[in-house]
Amino acid sequence: MYRIVAKETLVPSIQLMKIDAPAVSRKGKAGQFVIVRTHERGERIPLTIADMDPEEGTVTIVFQEVGKSTRELAMFKAGDSIMDFVGPLGIPTHVEKLGTVVCVAGGVGVAPIAPIARAFKQAGNKVITIMGARSKNLLFWEERLKAVSDELIVTTDDGTYGRKGVVTVPLKEVLERPEKIAEVIAIGPVVMMKFCCVTTRPFNVKTIVSLNSLMLDGTGMCGCCRVSAGGQTKFVCVDGPDFDGHTIDWDIFQARQQIYLDEEKQALQEWERCGCVSGAQKGRA
Amino acid sequence: MAKLDLNRVEMPRQEPKVRAKNFKEVALGYTEDMMKAEASRCIQCAKRPCVAGCPVNVDIPEFIRALRDGNVAESVRILKGKNALPAICGRVCPQETQCEEACTLGKKGASVAIGRLERYVADWELAHHSEGKPQIPPPTGKRIAVVGTGPAGLTCAADLAKMGHKVTMFEALHEPGGVLIYGIPEFRLPKAIVKAEVEYVKSLGVEVRLNSVIGKLDTVDEILSSYDAVFLGTGAGLPMFLGIPGENLNGVYSANEFLTRVNLMKAYLFPEYDTPVKKGRRVAVVGAGNVAMDAARCALRLGAEQVYIVYRRSKVEAPARHEELENAEEEGVIFKWLTNPKRFIGDARGWVTGMECLEMELGEPDASGRRRPIPKPGTEFTIECDVAIVALGTTPNPLIAQTTRGLATTSHGTVVADEQTGKTKKDRVWAGGDVVTGAATVISAMGAGKRAAASIDRFLRGAQ
Repeated sequence: MYRIVAKETLVPSIQLMKIDAPAVSRKGKAGQFVIVRTHERGERIPLTIADMDPEEGTVTIVFQEVGKSTRELAMFKAGDSIMDFVGPLGIPTHVEKLGTVVCVAGGVGVAPIAPIARAFKQAGNKVITIMGARSKNLLFWEERLKAVSDELIVTTDDGTYGRKGVVTVPLKEVLERPEKIAEVIAIGPVVMMKFCCVTTRPFNVKTIVSLNSLMLDGTGMCGCCRVSAGGQTKFVCVDGPDFDGHTIDWDIFQARQQIYLDEEKQALQEWERCGCVSGAQKGRA
Repeated sequence: MAKLDLNRVEMPRQEPKVRAKNFKEVALGYTEDMMKAEASRCIQCAKRPCVAGCPVNVDIPEFIRALRDGNVAESVRILKGKNALPAICGRVCPQETQCEEACTLGKKGASVAIGRLERYVADWELAHHSEGKPQIPPPTGKRIAVVGTGPAGLTCAADLAKMGHKVTMFEALHEPGGVLIYGIPEFRLPKAIVKAEVEYVKSLGVEVRLNSVIGKLDTVDEILSSYDAVFLGTGAGLPMFLGIPGENLNGVYSANEFLTRVNLMKAYLFPEYDTPVKKGRRVAVVGAGNVAMDAARCALRLGAEQVYIVYRRSKVEAPARHEELENAEEEGVIFKWLTNPKRFIGDARGWVTGMECLEMELGEPDASGRRRPIPKPGTEFTIECDVAIVALGTTPNPLIAQTTRGLATTSHGTVVADEQTGKTKKDRVWAGGDVVTGAATVISAMGAGKRAAASIDRFLRGAQ
């Protein structure tokens, strides 16, 4: 069992949890992910690492409540324990001194980009960060990103905070500046990552995306997470999660994200209907 | 003395029509009377060829004699002396090509049903617990890390613990058992049986650490700094795909994924369990090994109307156990022999709707000794399906090899290890099971684990 040391609701339906996992916190690096399973009957949920504190022995995860499993996880409180926590998985984000890099984050993608932006900053890069959300009340970690960025641009779809619009507009403007951009790192909803790649392609700027495909074991055993990259089949869990976004077949990726939509809906409906919290209670040993 | 019965006692099984709709165990096991009748068929011959036919050299005539004499507890003691996982072996070992193939009776009639008797003894022990806490010699002070909790690792760990060494096992998944848990379905090997046998290994003092992906968490080199020796029993967990168009369509699974969802995650109990699996109305399984049979029979039990096995060679070359082919046939799986998939066909939303296949014929024998399948041009036809499962085989996961200095591997990705001892090219590291041989059987992995344990013990004692 893995204890939840702290829990915080960052914005409505986005939760932060600090998990007591000393071994993972000692080994984990920015860009890697963990798999959590809340209880005996639970599914394995892959989540990109949002922060680590090796001295404290904790790993921070940030997740959005979208389906039954994440809603159930959100019901756990500080002091509770979750059944399984495995990691660090995947290959860390490749960080080196490149010059100027642009970090683009959308929605809950702000969480995994934070340690990556920090790592690029620490490696001596100039970091320009663009973060976006649908609305002001869904923005979090602005200060945290500001602290590791030389420049921070905030957008909201509805214009309630920062610039109105989507992240690709300021991304294009930054690319049009005379300053050479060495690399773009984009993490967020699939559509956002796809359109970041569309935006950067004419500028010929390498664009790294962190793919959050469906997964099962997370160790290369099943191929559930496979993507087509540069015409080759790759496994996100062991070959990624970072990929050169310009090589990804986004149509296949988007289709594969939909495989269990019906089942996800069914699971959530049944869970809501019976107000089933038995699993969460079971985990609270 | 009664006249020798040349026919073996049949083991009751669930009726095909009934069992094809449930996940309960197919084979029901002998009753006491059946056991006695079968045990008394063994002629206790002097040559004992069955023992040599067993990869872990179980004292087969002795355990059968104890059974015949009505002393099941003694039979347990003899069986467990060589085999830490008898309830598993009694169910999934291919006895027909091992101990039973060697049986003297087999020359005249049916060989003794050794596997069924083994299962009887093991199940009796799980119900009666006749063995007290196993006698363990005083601690040697030596520590061994076993990576992987499948059949090779469990056997190696159990033997080393019985020799007085302190063993810690590392498992990447959230349950111990490896392929016994994620791969082999409930109806062939109930998970309660696997759990009970793992508990037995733990009762010997073996510690099991779950959720530990070696190579990502600690590397083998790091483990070596705090352990005297390491055994790698990490199996062959990497699925092979066909490499044909449409393989990434929705509804196309590797057998590993399909079976892991169904077995480890219990997707057949969705939504009571959270992990889903696509049930499929028409399911096409590519391949004809035991894993393909498992996948096809799971698909039937999930409610598929039609399940096809598509194999490019003929029935004679199919690598599955005869018993598994027969089970699948009885349950209504449709076999398309001499048929090779060419591409998967999908709809506009990215879902598989069919598999275009080509008829094959057999030519001259190839490197594997089997007749080479040759495509017959112009014979394309389509099998409609909404789920397709690729069961072509697996190769070792490269994670450990990539992160361990000086561990030699072959071009197939398997770890190079001495056949007799399991010793790898790296100091203080042994390996055995599928990670060395490529995908093989539970019992051959157990044999390798056993030989490695003996070699590790010799090394540790010599090093004292």
